Amino acid sequence: MNARQVASVNDYLDAFRRVSSFLPGQQLDWLRESRAEAIGRFAQQGFPTLHNEEWKYTNVTAIEHGRFNLLPPHGSEFLSRLIDSHALLDSHILVFVNGHLEPGLSRPGKLPADVKLTSLSYRLERSPDDLEEALVTYPPPSAFADLNLAFMADGAYIRLPPGCVVKAPIQLLFIASEANLAIQPRNLVLAGAGCSASLVEHHVALGDISYFTNAVTDIVLDAGASIEHHKLQQESPSAFHIATVNVSQAAKSRFISTSFALGARLSRVGIAVRLDAEDARCDLDGLYLADGRQHVDHHTRIDHLQPRCTSRERYKGVLDGASRAVFNGRVVVHPDAQGSDAVQTNHNLLLSDAAEIDTKPQLEIWADDVKCSHGATVGQLDEDQVFYLCSRGIGESAARAMLTRAFAMEVVNRVGIPALQEKLDELLHARLPQRGTAC
Amino acid sequence: MLEIRNLHVSVDGQPILKGLDLSVKAGEVHAIMGPNGSGKSTLAHVLAGRTGYLVTAGEVMYRSSNLLDLVAEDRARLGIFLAFQYPVEIPGVTNVYFLKAALNAQRRHNGQPELDAIDFLALIRSRLKQLDMDESLLYRSVNQGFSGGEKKRNEILQMALLEPRLALLDESDSGLDIDALKVVAGGINGLRSPERAIVLVTHYQRLLDYVVPDRVHILADGRIVRSGGRELAIELERTGYGKAADGPAMQATMP
Ligand SMILES: Nc1ncnc2c1ncn2[C@@H]1O[C@H](COP(=O)(O)OP(=O)(O)OP(=O)(O)O)[C@@H](O)[C@H]1O
Ligand SMILES: [Mg+2]
Repeated sequence: MNARQVASVNDYLDAFRRVSSFLPGQQLDWLRESRAEAIGRFAQQGFPTLHNEEWKYTNVTAIEHGRFNLLPPHGSEFLSRLIDSHALLDSHILVFVNGHLEPGLSRPGKLPADVKLTSLSYRLERSPDDLEEALVTYPPPSAFADLNLAFMADGAYIRLPPGCVVKAPIQLLFIASEANLAIQPRNLVLAGAGCSASLVEHHVALGDISYFTNAVTDIVLDAGASIEHHKLQQESPSAFHIATVNVSQAAKSRFISTSFALGARLSRVGIAVRLDAEDARCDLDGLYLADGRQHVDHHTRIDHLQPRCTSRERYKGVLDGASRAVFNGRVVVHPDAQGSDAVQTNHNLLLSDAAEIDTKPQLEIWADDVKCSHGATVGQLDEDQVFYLCSRGIGESAARAMLTRAFAMEVVNRVGIPALQEKLDELLHARLPQRGTAC
Repeated sequence: MLEIRNLHVSVDGQPILKGLDLSVKAGEVHAIMGPNGSGKSTLAHVLAGRTGYLVTAGEVMYRSSNLLDLVAEDRARLGIFLAFQYPVEIPGVTNVYFLKAALNAQRRHNGQPELDAIDFLALIRSRLKQLDMDESLLYRSVNQGFSGGEKKRNEILQMALLEPRLALLDESDSGLDIDALKVVAGGINGLRSPERAIVLVTHYQRLLDYVVPDRVHILADGRIVRSGGRELAIELERTGYGKAADGPAMQATMP
């Protein structure tokens, strides 16, 4: 095999790795194995050359040098398999492929009357009346949010009428299927007084392709509304992921956020919550897992603007390899916000000497009757715990893996959606070192 | 079963054990008593394979292998069990998961098939019953928020499950109410057999009323300074360590 050929054969190999688990008949052992053997043989031999007796007179280098797309077109059986593998049981699913809603792949299911679950582009074209206030009231908090505003084309539009209860989670599944795209989804959630719903914003990719996601999600909670926003970032290992979440909360509303950052080469999540009226409460939880040369950043900001609001923030990270994480949690208690109660923690587990975390809690307090605290830790596994497990016959690496998993699962166990909990449990299982690291 | 010869151990450059000798045969129960800080827990930890202790001299033979060459998990799989003086809390790992992992690690080592969830539950339930423990403790994180007595019972539960050949019990009687003491003693006695040996570290004669030892040793300043039968424990109760450690029997045990 010559060098040129290797490059092309590798393209096919890569493509196979990307698509193999979604090809038809993958549940059949014989077919799965045969396919794997076939691509293995192909990778070994490469394309036939003129030295091959059988191909002596037919030169296929033109095929070899062609770059052909091996992925079936959108809307096919193929993508729906991918969706099946990511879909949460019994959820209302909107599927966005490369940033655009695919109605044919979506399964919104049955929703209470008057709930609007549709695409932002549709609303922008047909009934844009409520969009201006929601999309442009606050100045975009960063250059990336500006970029999103400039280019945004689609995303989810969710309007929940007062008092409505959506029991099953609403899953927004964002699939990146083509390399080199900038994908800029814009989601809007308008939650009427006293309503309740859970959203799962889920980012995935078709194989290891490089692209750039720049997502913005705006969530507005009216009085007494209760909204959960769970963000599950499983972008491709070569992707860039920037996400901005802006939340404003009216009196007695309750907002729960979790950010699970597992994928991407570089990711940054910015979450800003405005506690705009009395007795509102927000809970921001997060878990980031990074290894290799991954970089993962969370910047959160909670503004206590009115009396008696509560905020709880608990972020955890597990860092391996030469990864790097950033956590910056800013809590601002404004002068009118008497009786504010804010607690923030950030705990990090470093599994390798080369991993690095920058953690910075920032409390700014301008009122006097407040309860605020924060704490951050960076450390290795507790050696007394490791010894305790080993002294019962559990191998050291298994013991370390068990403790690492327990550390991370604490965040997962707080997620109120059983199907999501189950998925995260599996993801952590696949992602965390099974045998631990020897440190 | 266990032969300790001239063991010297230091921690952070500080000598703690200074020439300790101890010989325990299968079928025997030995009690080790001694003042606070004399090195009893250090000895127990070194035997169980805790890292961070530096053995500067001496040797430890366990069933014809050189114990100090083995890592903690291998010692456990070969039948050594330490009931901790201060059992470690492990948030996020449920007791039942931990117990099953421990038992199955041992079974794998012994070439036995692993127990599935159902068989395991049946087994652990019978052990819980023996120790008069509530099943709810299975589903809590290991030792987390357990009362002092519950932690000690949880240690005995692990011992009853793993059925070690050599059990080292470091103050398993401390902090127990009188009923719990009987339950724990029952658990220890249940393990007594001609193939097994038990080493109890205790400060009180009380436990030894229930678990009658074959030998009693006084550990002071990093060495066994005196050994005798169960009457030594009774003498200690009366006189305290100051006197007993210098007592006439000391010469008798020295070569
Ligand atoms: N990690 C350590 N660093 C420094 N000194 C230590 C360490 N571990 C133990 N020691 C010291 O070693 C000595 C023996 O401790 P050990 O715990 O073995 O005593 P003990 O006989 O079990 O006492 P007690 O009856 O109070 O349980 C003590 O003086 C203790 O402070
Ligand atoms: Mg001790």
